[in-house]
Amino acid sequence: MSAVSAFLLRRRGRGWHWTDVVTWIWLISGVFLMFGPAVWLVFSSFKTPAALAEFPPSFLPYVTEQAVVPGYDKPLPLYNVAMPDGSTRVLAEVRRIGIIGQMVDPKQPGEIVKANIKDRTPVRQVEFAGGNYTEPFQRFDCFLFLRNSVFVTVVATAITLLVNSMAAFALSKYQFPGRTAVMLMILATLMVPLSVIVVPLYSVIGTLNLFDSLWGVILPTVATPTGVFLLRQYMLTIPDELLDAARMDKASEWQIYWRIILPLSAPALAVLAIFSVVWRWNDFLWPLIVLSRKELYTLQVGLNVYAGELNVQWHYILAMTVVSMIPVVLIFVFLQRFITTGIAGSGLK
Amino acid sequence: MAEKTVYSEPLVKTGLRQALLAPVRLAMGLVDIPMRGWQKLTGLNGMAGVFLAPNMLIFTVFVLLPLVINFLYSTTSGSAIFLPNRTYVGADQYRILFDCGSYLDPSTCAADTFWAAVRNTAVFVVFQVTVMLIAALATALILNRELSNRGFWRAVFFFPVLLSPVVVGLIWKWILQREGLLNYALSPFGFEPFSWLSDRFWAFFFAVFVSVWAHMGFYALILLAGLQAIPRDLYEAAAMDSARPTRIFRRITLPLLMPNLIVVLVLALIRAVQIFDEVFVLTGGGPGTSTMYITQYIYETGFASSLRNPGLASAASILMGIVLVILTLVQLGVSSRNEKKGARQ
Repeated sequence: MSAVSAFLLRRRGRGWHWTDVVTWIWLISGVFLMFGPAVWLVFSSFKTPAALAEFPPSFLPYVTEQAVVPGYDKPLPLYNVAMPDGSTRVLAEVRRIGIIGQMVDPKQPGEIVKANIKDRTPVRQVEFAGGNYTEPFQRFDCFLFLRNSVFVTVVATAITLLVNSMAAFALSKYQFPGRTAVMLMILATLMVPLSVIVVPLYSVIGTLNLFDSLWGVILPTVATPTGVFLLRQYMLTIPDELLDAARMDKASEWQIYWRIILPLSAPALAVLAIFSVVWRWNDFLWPLIVLSRKELYTLQVGLNVYAGELNVQWHYILAMTVVSMIPVVLIFVFLQRFITTGIAGSGLK
Repeated sequence: MAEKTVYSEPLVKTGLRQALLAPVRLAMGLVDIPMRGWQKLTGLNGMAGVFLAPNMLIFTVFVLLPLVINFLYSTTSGSAIFLPNRTYVGADQYRILFDCGSYLDPSTCAADTFWAAVRNTAVFVVFQVTVMLIAALATALILNRELSNRGFWRAVFFFPVLLSPVVVGLIWKWILQREGLLNYALSPFGFEPFSWLSDRFWAFFFAVFVSVWAHMGFYALILLAGLQAIPRDLYEAAAMDSARPTRIFRRITLPLLMPNLIVVLVLALIRAVQIFDEVFVLTGGGPGTSTMYITQYIYETGFASSLRNPGLASAASILMGIVLVILTLVQLGVSSRNEKKGARQ
């Protein structure tokens, strides 16, 4: 405890200033507000539908214990019942009529005890409902959604890295007429959002016969100006002498590209790869438009459709939401330093 | 082998890395054969075109061409998708968009949902960007203080940036529902359970709140980078004069942070104008059309509604594009001015 308070109260300088108070209020409410919803989501994704519908909600996933009572087909839920004489008994509920529950003692199933529902509390235990995670994969198309998302993310990122690094190489290491024009054009479209060109892009995809195809989701996203810009800035710092030396040794231009430029640009490529994975994994509007066959949905589109269709099935939706968060959280945990410096340095997203 | 000397040290030296790279090496080696032939034909600078070609091809087909076609689309009507099947109507779509009794009252317009969306977007942008700037600035200032475990705190505020908009929308939709966490948290204070997203005011409030929640960390990070570039000795000098924190903030921090603040302002503006995913998942545009923003209007007019009208959606997207181009020009102007200023210093 003293370690915690020492951590919380440690500050350099003399005494407390109002800015310190504001700082700690901000930071601590930040933890609750920013992390809280996600933590709440993860815990709740293990709740049964009954536990989810419960109000007030509990933090941990509880289930009501059940007992098999001779003479009854189904297992009955167990309750702690406060008896009129002040004692407490564990009884199973047979049925409920209005505010009166008809209970039986599991040990003496013959006798029915009537109890006001105010006087009883369910016997509960913590139990994680793993079925929320396995059932969507068995009963619905979630495995397909997951596979589609992985395919789109991996292929799009691979093409993005290849195509953008090639263009960045040409724009940073060659003098050719129109170089400035190409660069300006790329910069100018840096900010054209998908929503502005979404209608004509749809017709282009239609003309190329890429409707209802994952390639229709992948291709429009891969020539990202951000990527070219980021890689070019990095490649400009690679000295030209390296290239000249390789040319002396009869290396072809293609060899120079992939045996010198690519390995030397690894840090910039890594940043772009992280961005690309996050962008493609999270894409929503464009897959929503291109894909109309359910077996082609990506996880994000599938999630949204399920949230609409299965309005009451929050237990499945929450579990699938957690599944769709996993790669992003992994990236975040392992590469947090990399991402934050990458974004702060480039000022781009 | 001279090439060996120019190899960089691999980031990770593992067998897995080698195994993963083997097929890539093979493919790249195979591509080299035709590439050498081409290089013999065109010489060194001819290769620039080869390297640029794949990117430019994709870029042209999927960005430039659609930009051009968008103008053609906006001059046609009907629900056909293939351009030659559409009828040319000139500026009619724009005329429909601008056909209003009063621009202040969307219900008097022919394209009434368009103007409702424009008005909603305008109100949203003003509130969201203001809240975003204040929250991001406060967070950046606090993260810039001498904290232990700064990496952890930075992660706390940055974490939602990486979540997908659908996940963000779903998390909050579920917290805000009638049986949700918020109602539970409020119940000890005597509040009755309430469907927050079915009320016009609260739906708007949470559209702003959730979009700020999801993106604030990104802007806070840019501002933090700016704060860390401010020379320490300025603060030390101010501390010598025992200046008050508010005064230090007004006289040192704010002026020196201004370039970053403007970049953040413009980026936040551009993104707020384009808001779609989170709010669409959260509220679906409702209740009524009270949280329907311009991108959702384009999506629904062009694709989702039963009477789909790609021409009208194109015209609307061009108007939106014009606004975004203006904002982008402002941004480019500001950042090039900053670069010049940086060069002089």
